[in-house]
Amino acid sequence: MAAGNRDSRSRYLLSFGLLLALFVLLFLWNLNSGTVQLTPGEIAKILFTEGGDRTARPIVWEIRLPRILAAAILGGALAVSGFLLQTFFANPIASPFVLGISSGAKLTVALAMIVLLERGLTISSAGMVLAAFAGSMISMGFVLLISGRVRQMSMLVVCGVMIGYICSAITDFLVTFAEDSDIVSLHNWSLGSFSGTSWEQVKLSAAIVFACLVLTLFMAKPMGAYRLGEVYAQNMGVNLHRFRAALILVSSVLSACVTAFAGPVSFVGIAVPHLAKRLFGTSSPLVLIPGCFLGGSVFCLFCDRIARTAFSPAELSISSVTAVFGAPVVILIMAGRRKQAA
Amino acid sequence: MREDYIRTEQLAVGYGSQVLIRQIELHVKRGQIVTLIGPNGSGKSTILKSIIRHIRPLGGAVCLDGRSMKDMTEREIGRRMSILMTDRVRPEAMTCREVAAAGRYPHTGRFGILSREDRKKVDEALAMVQASDLADQEFARVSDGQKQRVLLARAICQEPEAIVLDEPTSFLDIRHKLELLEILKELVQKRRVAVLLSLHELDLAQKISDYVVCVNRGAVERCGTPEEIFTPDYMERLYGIEARRFNGAFCSAELEPAAGKPEVFVIGGNGSGIPVYRRLQRQGIPFAAGVLHENDGEYPVARALAARVIAERPFEPISREAFEEASRILQTCSQVICCLTEFGTMNEKNRQLARMGEEQNRRRSRTEEENRT
Repeated sequence: MAAGNRDSRSRYLLSFGLLLALFVLLFLWNLNSGTVQLTPGEIAKILFTEGGDRTARPIVWEIRLPRILAAAILGGALAVSGFLLQTFFANPIASPFVLGISSGAKLTVALAMIVLLERGLTISSAGMVLAAFAGSMISMGFVLLISGRVRQMSMLVVCGVMIGYICSAITDFLVTFAEDSDIVSLHNWSLGSFSGTSWEQVKLSAAIVFACLVLTLFMAKPMGAYRLGEVYAQNMGVNLHRFRAALILVSSVLSACVTAFAGPVSFVGIAVPHLAKRLFGTSSPLVLIPGCFLGGSVFCLFCDRIARTAFSPAELSISSVTAVFGAPVVILIMAGRRKQAA
Repeated sequence: MREDYIRTEQLAVGYGSQVLIRQIELHVKRGQIVTLIGPNGSGKSTILKSIIRHIRPLGGAVCLDGRSMKDMTEREIGRRMSILMTDRVRPEAMTCREVAAAGRYPHTGRFGILSREDRKKVDEALAMVQASDLADQEFARVSDGQKQRVLLARAICQEPEAIVLDEPTSFLDIRHKLELLEILKELVQKRRVAVLLSLHELDLAQKISDYVVCVNRGAVERCGTPEEIFTPDYMERLYGIEARRFNGAFCSAELEPAAGKPEVFVIGGNGSGIPVYRRLQRQGIPFAAGVLHENDGEYPVARALAARVIAERPFEPISREAFEEASRILQTCSQVICCLTEFGTMNEKNRQLARMGEEQNRRRSRTEEENRT
């Protein structure tokens, strides 16, 4: 269902070109920012040769590069997860954060961390992802239960936000009673941040996210049909049960992966798909899935750079920055819909 | 004999586990239009939604092309049957062409990328519904009539052998209603599509249907050709309208007449009286009409709206009895309106009535003047 005419195709190419250029630019900008100033030449030397400054080399390879990749991969994952949920609920402000799915994942990860830390064990990356997945599926279950009863999209969002608050409250409760030493890492993580990402985590998240992305691309066709509503989609040959289950599963895995590694990150899931639709001028999933992914990467790279450097040396949580840039977009969406309805 | 393309066998439909209608036996052949009619809430939509599998049938089977739909894959069904619903569709950022092209779904590959031939079929379908000029406009911004046409183009380029439509004309103005049904007729004639639809507009149902199915009070109450179904007696019963209000020839119903002793006498005929009847009905003035031939076009309207109608048998000159009855009633009325300017052999006596009326009107206005002075 990728649209046909030449105008739209060149617009897609241009938009992808723009996003790629921004991606490269932000990638380099992020690589080059921090307390240790490096020239582009030095960075190139560190990246492509064995040489380079002795102290700068580990900073680039062990701190900056994994963090940048994490921001890019997980940002993309969030945007795609949001796009899937918006398709599922036919609701433009559905996203893992708004529907309380991120908070559910946060709760179970916190629980797993505390339980394991008390026994003197550390939690592995895969364990984090599993815990997060369990949490996001539980939240998702509640959201689905509610969505079966309420037809109004605003009510669904309100319920999602409430689920989010409940999960956050329980998480806070757990954190309060946890051992002091645990709290530091838990607290940082629960605010959301890409800092301290290891290569192992990058590899695992890349594997999960790219697998999901491929699956999502295979769902592009039914997603395209689903834009006309479930009655028409079913008539055109979409197996609704299978399609819905796949959509929920993939979006939960994606948001679980993000929450496990970066904590809850707000607004990316809503803002990016919306901006991507505007940029590409289409809602065709085959275009928007890669578009959202790339857009999410760009958005998170940008926000992470701000989070690191705006009040350096103090670091902001990633969610505060994404909220500053993402929330206005949500307001615009709501305002735009009002206008359309009137 | 031709095969039924859509056939239901002992179909039971409803919501949840509550059965609304049982034992539905519908048969639609290719090249045939079958219309469901019936009062609001009678279950027309429920039947159609069960046939297109939007809700689960609660018993029996739906067969498509001779096979039970339970044994068919989504794709197999999608290639045979397409739909058009009443509900408004609000896709975001989709052009009309994209909406129409969605119909190619069961014919495209894994990623749904359109081939040159697919695109040609989309353009053809858009041309067929006269929406070619809308193709690149955003779907959300075109009018309801245009939307419904584009959605019909979507149904057409799905290349179905059957189309199911649930009140497709509901939000459309009269021109768009007619256009939509004309396209449907064309599909039936040229591509021999089997069409099953529900309609609220009885006049349209009467014109387009080969076969009419009446749904009422939890059952398929009656089936038949439009001639058999759209009789005043049955329509009044089906929709619970008072007697004589329904006009079978035009499938329209009149509003409630003003009851009471006739105050105005209308001499009409050949359709000339209809506007006067309607005006008097609006003003709530009871009136008598006569003498009308029973085969006069305005006779059903007079019967629906007049407190009293003096009628004559078809093709007969007005009899002495009818004339006398008319003149008796005329004399009790405070006003006489004659809508005729010409009289002929058959209604010669109406000329006399008109003269009497004129005289009476004049006398009355004179007494009124005297009373005033």
